[in-house]
Amino acid sequence: MGAWYWWTLLGMALVTYIPRAIPLTFLEGKELPPVVSGVLRNIPFAVLGALIFPAILYVQEGNLLFGFIGTVVAFTLAILFSNVMVVVLGTIGVLAVYSLIF
Amino acid sequence: MNNNSFVLGLKAGLSIAIGYFPVALTFGLLAKTSGLSIWEATAMSIFVYAGASQYMSLTLISKGVDPILIVLNTFVLNIRHFLMTAALNEKMQSEKRWIKGIYAFGITDESFSVLATRKEAKIGTAFAFGVAFIAYSSWVVFTAVGHVIGANLPQFLQAAMSIALYAMFVGLLVPSMRGNRKVVMLALIAAAINGFFFWTGVLSTGWSILVATLASSIFVEIIYAKHEKRKRIAGQLKGA
Repeated sequence: MGAWYWWTLLGMALVTYIPRAIPLTFLEGKELPPVVSGVLRNIPFAVLGALIFPAILYVQEGNLLFGFIGTVVAFTLAILFSNVMVVVLGTIGVLAVYSLIF
Repeated sequence: MNNNSFVLGLKAGLSIAIGYFPVALTFGLLAKTSGLSIWEATAMSIFVYAGASQYMSLTLISKGVDPILIVLNTFVLNIRHFLMTAALNEKMQSEKRWIKGIYAFGITDESFSVLATRKEAKIGTAFAFGVAFIAYSSWVVFTAVGHVIGANLPQFLQAAMSIALYAMFVGLLVPSMRGNRKVVMLALIAAAINGFFFWTGVLSTGWSILVATLASSIFVEIIYAKHEKRKRIAGQLKGA
């Protein structure tokens, strides 16, 4: 890769950092209207829904069953234990066994 | 800085670090096959630190796409972070701007989710640094390791680990859903809208997540505002 790679990298770094930093630094100490802060408080749960679905079904290209089993196991573990580590390691464990067998 | 709170942050961020392990490893491997040197690959993880954007850039670089378009696509993919950090700002302890500017660099989908779903009303700066530090370290270190060892991890384990990040999202979401209909609605509606965009191909992934999140958050807030108003009026009538 030539010098252009490093310029591209600089551009990528800037456009990634700006959306992270501006709201955290410039909204400091400002009171937002209640409706806006209500919507902002909703975002974590909405974004989790959008991040999970439908991408979780497609973690293995061309193998929907793999993603489906992972989804069922992850939700079951999350309902039973509500501990993130148990959910992550448990799901990996079950899918590792599945991949070994099939 | 509060040491204890930093350590608690490290612990809370450990699940992210584990989730990043296979993703960063795979990134390092793909970077190698895309022709990036170990320095170029690791530098991207150090300075950009955004999984989806980095994967996308590899595809675009290997297709010889104009660098300006690569940067533009990266921006579109990262617009959702505007929403996340604005939401997070409501929950963060008041702090000097330049300090918040440092941990802002560590805000990803995953660290945001871990911080935003915390039960306490305000999150301390040291805690945020702990979460960001362990996740970032894992991302950078395992990018380099991935470039070196590549595909030496057994195939069945690589396959199983591809679920790690999603399992973490599920583990964060489900406990918040329990007994909270608003949270259930928010997640389901956003997932449904995102699914619609995905299967119809109307929007690319970056835009789709952004629009689905905003639409669901606003829609549910409006419904609940009406609901509250009706309850208030009913209460006043009863009082009269």
